[in-house]
Amino acid sequence: MTGHYCDLKNADVLLSCGSNNLENHPVSSKWVQRALDAGATWIVVDPRYTRTASQADIYCPIRSGTDIAFYGGLINYIIENRLEQTEYVNEYTNATYLIKDTYDFDPETGFFSGWIEEKHKYDTSMWGYQIESESDGSQPWMSAPGVPEYTPKSIKKIKRIESIDDTSNPDYDHSVWAIMKKHYSRYTIDVVCDICGMDAETLELVYKTYASTGAPEKAGTILYALGQTQHHYGSENTRIMTLVQLLLGNAGVAGGGVNALRGEPNVQGGTDMAMLVYDWPGYLKWPSVENTPTLRKWLETQPNAQGYYVNKPKFIVSGLKEWYGKNAQVENDYGYDWLPKVPKNGDIYTTIGTFELMDQGIMKGYFAWGQNPAVSDPNAKFNRNAMCNLDWLVVADWVVTATASFWDAPDMQDRKKDIKTEVYFMPAALIYEKSGTILNSGRWMQWRQKAVEPVDQAKPDYEMCDMLWREIVNLYQDEGGACPEAILNVKWDYYVDGKIDPRPVAWALNGYKIDDSTNLGAAAPELLDSFTGLAADGTTANAIWIYGGFYANNADPYDPSIQRISRRHTNEKTGQLVPDKDPGGLGLYPNWAFSWPANRRVIYNRASADANGKPWNPNRVLVEWTGETWIRNDVPDFAWGTVDAPNPPEKCTAFFMKDEEHANFVTTGMKDAPLPEHYEPFETPVEKNLLNGSINSPMIKFADNESVKKGDRKQYPIVATTYSITEHWQTGAQTRMCPVLDEIQPRQYIEISEQLAKEKGIANGDDVIVFNNRSSVKVSALVTKRIQPLKVHGETVHLIGMLHHWDWTNRYSKGEVVNELTPNVGDPNSYIPEYKAFLVDVKKA
Amino acid sequence: MELTRRGFFKASALAFAGSMAYELSTHSTAFAIEGAADEWKLVNTEEYTNICCYCSGGCGLICSVRDGELINLEGDPDHPINEGCLCPKGAAMFQLRNIVDDKTGEIIHNPERQTKPLVRRPGASDWEEISWDKMIKEIARHVKDTRDATFITEEDGVTCNYTPAIGSMGGSQQNSEEEYLILKTMRSLGVVAIDNQARV
Repeated sequence: MTGHYCDLKNADVLLSCGSNNLENHPVSSKWVQRALDAGATWIVVDPRYTRTASQADIYCPIRSGTDIAFYGGLINYIIENRLEQTEYVNEYTNATYLIKDTYDFDPETGFFSGWIEEKHKYDTSMWGYQIESESDGSQPWMSAPGVPEYTPKSIKKIKRIESIDDTSNPDYDHSVWAIMKKHYSRYTIDVVCDICGMDAETLELVYKTYASTGAPEKAGTILYALGQTQHHYGSENTRIMTLVQLLLGNAGVAGGGVNALRGEPNVQGGTDMAMLVYDWPGYLKWPSVENTPTLRKWLETQPNAQGYYVNKPKFIVSGLKEWYGKNAQVENDYGYDWLPKVPKNGDIYTTIGTFELMDQGIMKGYFAWGQNPAVSDPNAKFNRNAMCNLDWLVVADWVVTATASFWDAPDMQDRKKDIKTEVYFMPAALIYEKSGTILNSGRWMQWRQKAVEPVDQAKPDYEMCDMLWREIVNLYQDEGGACPEAILNVKWDYYVDGKIDPRPVAWALNGYKIDDSTNLGAAAPELLDSFTGLAADGTTANAIWIYGGFYANNADPYDPSIQRISRRHTNEKTGQLVPDKDPGGLGLYPNWAFSWPANRRVIYNRASADANGKPWNPNRVLVEWTGETWIRNDVPDFAWGTVDAPNPPEKCTAFFMKDEEHANFVTTGMKDAPLPEHYEPFETPVEKNLLNGSINSPMIKFADNESVKKGDRKQYPIVATTYSITEHWQTGAQTRMCPVLDEIQPRQYIEISEQLAKEKGIANGDDVIVFNNRSSVKVSALVTKRIQPLKVHGETVHLIGMLHHWDWTNRYSKGEVVNELTPNVGDPNSYIPEYKAFLVDVKKA
Repeated sequence: MELTRRGFFKASALAFAGSMAYELSTHSTAFAIEGAADEWKLVNTEEYTNICCYCSGGCGLICSVRDGELINLEGDPDHPINEGCLCPKGAAMFQLRNIVDDKTGEIIHNPERQTKPLVRRPGASDWEEISWDKMIKEIARHVKDTRDATFITEEDGVTCNYTPAIGSMGGSQQNSEEEYLILKTMRSLGVVAIDNQARV
C-alpha cells in the first residue's frame, strides 16, 4: 500500500476492484466504514456480488480479466471531460514530457513499436524521452576511498511542453499527455460495456462518482488484491490504477493511493526481502549475467542520475558488507562475484518455471518454507507429477501439507514405490512460539513477542536454517566441492550467547557500522539511525536499506522493547506515552511501531500539497510549507532539509525516487507496454479483442509450454475464477486444522448462477464435475443469485467461482485441488500466474 | 506432554491464590463478586503481544500465558488498526496450538499439527520419525551432492556461480529475520530459483 489501513477513513470515494476486502481483509472494512460514516461513497466492481458488494453504495459487475478495459474507459472519461486535477498533473507527473518519435501503437495488430520478433520482446528504449541536454552526474562521495570505481550516469534534461494545455506547441503530439489521450480515446463507454459485460448507466455512474475525486480537495482510494494481479497482464492492471490516481491527484494524499491488500501475513516482508529470482532486498536488482555481469556494471546501470536513487551504490555495497563481512573489500568488488548471477534464461526459475524444470529433470532438490505450492500453484496435477522427479524435498510447516505428501496423493497410490523422492518434514514453531519482525500491507514493521516454547520438537525457521547452514559449511570445510569460497566467505554471526537469535539479524536489517573486527555474535555493533547513514566505502553494513531506523536504539541493542518497532504510542527511548498519538487527526499514529521507509506512513506525501506547499485539503495536512518551515504530521517524502535549514517547496520534488523526479504515465519501466492496453485472458470466452488485433498480450509468459494445454472457448465456454472466504486461508493447511473454522465452513463448493444451474440440470447442493484439458475436480454446487451471467460481445457468458482452500490432507475437512484447473501461464514483469480468469465446463456428477 | 485445563490450574495453584487476593482487593465489589475463582480465566497470566498470521492487516493480539502454556489469545484493544477486534480466523489462532479434545473435553495440543521431524524414504509408502540431527545431516548431504554435480561457474565468459538444480519456495509466513537467513542461505549456495507467496 502507498498508504495504510487506518488511512482508508480519509477517503471521499473508495473503489474496491479485484478485492473482496470485507471478506478477505476484514479489518480493512472497519476503516472503510469510518469513511462511510463521514459521508464517503463506496464502489465495488467485481464479477461476483460479494460480501463486500453487499455493503457498497454502488455495485458494478465485470467480466473476469477485463480490468484494463474498465480503467482505460475511466481514463478516457476523465480526459474527455477534463476532470483531471490539472495542476497536479502539470506539476508532479511526466504529462508534459516529450517522447521520442519512435513511439507508436498499432491498434490493428495490438503491438507497440520496438517489438523484436526473434527475441520475443520489446526494445523499450523506443518509448523513451526526447533529451535536450546531458550533464555530469558525479557527486563528491562517489570518488571517496573504498568506493568502487564507476562512471555515474549523466543527468538528462528532457524536452517538455509548457503544460498539458500547450496544444499550439508543434511538439504537442509527442507529449505524454497527447499520447495518453489518443491511446485511451478508443476506450469508449460502449466498447467497455461490450467487453466487460456492464450496462452503460451503471458504468457511467461509477466513472462519474470516482472521477469526482479529481477536485483538488477530494481523495479517492483504490483497494485491490489478487483479483487484479493474477492475470498475465496483472502488472499492467496494477499500473493502470496508478495512472487513474495520478490523473485525479489521488497519489500521495491522505485517503488516496494505490492500495494492495496483500495476501499473506508477511508477504510485504517477503517481497521487500526479494525472495524472488531477479531482485535484491529493498527493491534493487539481483546481479544478472546479461545486465550486471560486474559490480562496476551494476553501479553504472542501476542507480538513477538524480533524485534519491543516486544512492544505490551505498545500499549495494552495504549489502555486500553485511553478506561477507571482512571478506568483502573494495579490491575484490566486495565479493560481488561469489553471488550467483541470474542466467540469461532466468524466467524459467520463477514459480511456474520451476515445475517445468522438475519435469525436465533439471531441478533435483526443492525447499518449501511454509508454502504449499502443490496446491497453490497453477496446473497442480502437472506439478505434482513433476515433483516425482525430485531427488529430495524439504518442507518446513506446521502440518504435513499436500506438498510434503505429494507422493501420497489419491492419484499416486499405485505408483508410490516408483517415486524415489526423499522427503523431509521440519516441524515449525507457531507465530507466538518465536520472536521477530512482521510487516503488514501498510509497510508497518511490528515485533512479535515469543509467548510460549514450541510444542514438542518444533523449531523456529531461523533455527532450522542455522542448523542447515552450519552443517553445509562443515561439509565444504572438510571436503571442498564446487566453488567452496562462495560459501566459506559468507559472514554468519547472528548469535547471542552462542545461540542463533533473531536480534542480531534485526541489526543486520537495520544497518550498522562495520570494520574488520566486527562480530555480531561477540558484541552488539553501533546501529545506524537511518539509511541516510549508509556509505558506499565499506564502513557500513545493511541487509535491506529501506528498513533503516526500525531497530536503532544503541542503549541496548539486545532489548527489542526499547526499539522503534516496539512503540505503542510511546517514545522508544523513554518509554513514555507521546502527548499526541495522532498529529493531524489522520490516523497516522507515527509513534506506533515503525513504517518503512523512515517511518513514513503515506508515500509520495509531497503531492498532498500544491507547488507552494499548501495542502490541497486544509483538513488533511500531511505536510505543509508555512513560509518558513514544513509542518510535518507525516515524515516528508522529499528532500525537506533540516529544522535549521528547511528547503523551500520549489526545491522539493514529489516523486524523487524517479530519475526525472516526476511520476510516469508513459514509461519504459515495464516489459510489455508503455501504457496499459487491454488484452483478453489466455483462455477467453470471446472470439476477438474489440480494442486491438492481439487476443493475448504479446509478452505472455509460458503460453507455449506443452503442459499448459490451452482450452478452446467452444469446448469450454464457461469462465471460472478462484477466490477465498473469511473462514479459511489459502490452501487451508492452517485453517482446516482448526476445528472451529471447519464447523463454520465445513466443505468445498463452487458458486454458480441460477441460469447456468438450470441449463445444466444442477440443483443447489448437487455434486458437480468442473473440467478442462488440465484436469477435473468434483465439488458441491452452491446455486446463487450472487453470480449473474453477463452480456459480452452480444452473447451470454457464464461465470463460476471456485474456492481454493482444499486438498486431500487433513482429517476434519478434505476436498479437491481446484488449481488443477488453472493455467500455468503468467505475467512478463512479475511472473504471477493467471488464476483469476480461465475456461472450464461443468456437469452434474 | 499434553497439558490439560486441569493441569494448567494445578500447576499454578499457589500463584493463583495470591493473585486472587490481589484482584479482590483492588477491584470493585461488583467486579469481584462476578464469578467464582475458577472462572477467572486470565488471573495470574503473563501477557505477550503478537501479530496475526493471516491477511496482512497486521492486527495486534495478546497472548496470555500461565506456567509456560497459552491460556488465551485475543485482539489487542490498544492496537490502532484492529482496536481489539479479530476476524474468525484470527480469533481461532489459539487452536493452532491447543484445542478441546472432543472425547474428554480437556484442552490438548492440536493433534493435527506435526511436531516431530519426519522422513519419507525413496519408494516408501509412509513417513518415519527421524531426529533433528540426523535429518539436518542428511539434507546437507543432499544439498552438497546436488550443488556440486550441477554447479555452473561461467556463462558467456561471465562468472555466474549458480545451480539450476535447487529451488526454494516461500517466505511470506516467516518473520523478516528468518526471510533474510533463508535468502542468505539459498543465494550463498548459488540458488537462483527463489520465489515466495507474492505471486500465488
